[in-house]
Amino acid sequence: MKFQLPSWMRGGGLTTYAVLYMVFLYVPVLFLPLFSFNDGIYIAFPLKGFTVKWYEAMIETESLQAALFNSIRVAASVSIISTILGVLAARAFTRYRFVGRKPTLGLLALPLVVPGIILGIALLIMANRLGIPLSLFTIGAAHVLIATPFATFVMISRLEGFDSNLEEASRDLGETGWTTFWRVTFPLALPGIVASLLLTFIESFDEFILAFFLSGTDATLPIYIWSQLRFPKRLPVVLALGACILLFTVITVAFAEWVRRKGVKLTPKSED
Amino acid sequence: MEKRSDFVSLRDVSKHFGTVRAVDGVSLDIAQGEFFALLGPSGCGKTTLLRILGGFEASNSGSVHIDGADLTIEPANQRPVNMVFQNYAIFPHMNVRQNIAYGLRKDGLSKAEISQRVDEAVATVKLEGLGDRGSHEISGGQRQRVALARALIKHPKVLLLDEPLSALDKNLREQMRVELRALQQKVGITFIFVTHDQEEALSMADRIAVMFEGEVRQVDTPARLYEAPASREVAAFIGSMNFFDASVVGAEGGKIIVDAGPLGKMSMAPPEEGAPVKGEAVTVGIRPEKLTLGEAPPSAGANAIKGKLTAASYLGERNHFFVTVDGMDEPISVASQNSSPMDHKGWSEGGEVWLTWEPAGARLLRA
Ligand SMILES: Nc1ncnc2c1ncn2[C@@H]1O[C@H](COP(=O)(O)OP(=O)(O)OP(=O)(O)O)[C@@H](O)[C@H]1O
Ligand SMILES: [Mg+2]
Repeated sequence: MKFQLPSWMRGGGLTTYAVLYMVFLYVPVLFLPLFSFNDGIYIAFPLKGFTVKWYEAMIETESLQAALFNSIRVAASVSIISTILGVLAARAFTRYRFVGRKPTLGLLALPLVVPGIILGIALLIMANRLGIPLSLFTIGAAHVLIATPFATFVMISRLEGFDSNLEEASRDLGETGWTTFWRVTFPLALPGIVASLLLTFIESFDEFILAFFLSGTDATLPIYIWSQLRFPKRLPVVLALGACILLFTVITVAFAEWVRRKGVKLTPKSED
Repeated sequence: MEKRSDFVSLRDVSKHFGTVRAVDGVSLDIAQGEFFALLGPSGCGKTTLLRILGGFEASNSGSVHIDGADLTIEPANQRPVNMVFQNYAIFPHMNVRQNIAYGLRKDGLSKAEISQRVDEAVATVKLEGLGDRGSHEISGGQRQRVALARALIKHPKVLLLDEPLSALDKNLREQMRVELRALQQKVGITFIFVTHDQEEALSMADRIAVMFEGEVRQVDTPARLYEAPASREVAAFIGSMNFFDASVVGAEGGKIIVDAGPLGKMSMAPPEEGAPVKGEAVTVGIRPEKLTLGEAPPSAGANAIKGKLTAASYLGERNHFFVTVDGMDEPISVASQNSSPMDHKGWSEGGEVWLTWEPAGARLLRA
């Protein structure tokens, strides 16, 4: 009988490679929730036993709550502002053919690829020069800067192929520009808007470098976590917090992606 | 009630996009209940003219009246006019019934009345049983019916249709020509219909406006457009025609005598816009099917010309020939109906043939 490799080793080892890749990618992340339930302050095996006391400590920490509240305020403002800007920009990009459309689109994408640390330093210098005091406001402004391109691309992918005849048909049938917006444009753009709101919220909520450079006395959650790393005893609480953020982020992003894909298709099936 | 012959009335309407004169000084009168076609090659301004009527494009000059009311600056949502868009513009987030009922919201109708009107519209366009289908669950032909119902439910004074059949496949297109015509007769609404397909316009319309380069060049019934084209370009666009350069040599008893080179001298009815003067260069046009091919010289006195048969093709219901004549660059195109099996003779290419035609079969055109 011929010797056969087990199935996971076949295919030139590609499966093995993929499995290893996933392990390296996700196992460290999964240590976070694992150790957050460990009854001991050191991150080391063997595990000492199951506990939820770190989560209790997390809930009771007031400075953490303040940071959480700051983060939510900033992220909510950022998500609303950048989504509005993104909708408007995406509408211009998808609806009109204007001179410099392609270059503008490229420039818009730039903040997505400029290293955060460069952007952070640049913005810090500018804030100093202009005499703008560092606060949650400066963090929010910086986050709008990086979230707007993001929102724009989400909205472009939604509005691409949006047939302007639909809006004309609505006006033809007696609706004004305003009622047409609410009966046609908005419902068709809605999945994109929801996805954009959620994704830009997460982008701001998780952002560290810009917040680090531009924060005043009020910390956002990532900065709070950073500041707590100096105290080894607080590490398990940070792990618990990290596990919560991880869960929240994954659920939100998955939901946003689901909404974005679920919405009605804008273009009809091609005819046979 | 007397039907107005100027129910839709355009006076000197122009629209420019930068330097492009998309519509250039168009004046038209369209009668109430008429099925009217705008026909012309791509880019001649048909869609732009239709969009001016619909209120989607503001004309640079001129006026638009419908049923006596000046609508020149009326916005689209206030006009008693509805449009069937070329791609139908079905609202993707609504089902068939919601699409059809879309325009009724503002009319202050009760739920029951709306439902009844939608049922009527659904029946008019034969969409029964598809009301609850989503916009993506219907075929191209059904999408067109939804677009029609959605517009007709508003009882517009005029229905505008931009190439409504071009998105359909060939068989469906031919069936829909008949149906659309029957629908128009049934509802009695004035239809203005854009197409670049001459066969479509000829088979459906009461009257056709032929457009070139933003201008209306001729408005006539299908038969008159074909039999009595006003100019060489209209004649060439609608069907095909052989053109012969000619010059006027005299007049005799209300007829014009022209010298058409190889065709010889002939006497012809003058064009309606007025008789050309002696010495003027004109064109004699003869449609391929108005020419008869023969092997023997015709009896004296008939219009005839001798030539050489250079190509003969058998096309089933008809034969098509090309005949070259001394002194002419282009071969003459001849079509003959295969009305009996004997008509398909074995024409030998290269042989000498005679072409004859009835005097009424030749048209005098301004050069
Ligand atoms: N919004 C616009 N901006 C600039 N030029 C335009 C615009 N709309 C139309 N044109 C130009 O006006 C001319 C007439 O266009 P129109 O769409 O009316 O032609 P059409 O007869 O409908 O052609 P087709 O059969 O290809 O649909 C064309 O040269 C076109 O390029
Ligand atoms: Mg067009």
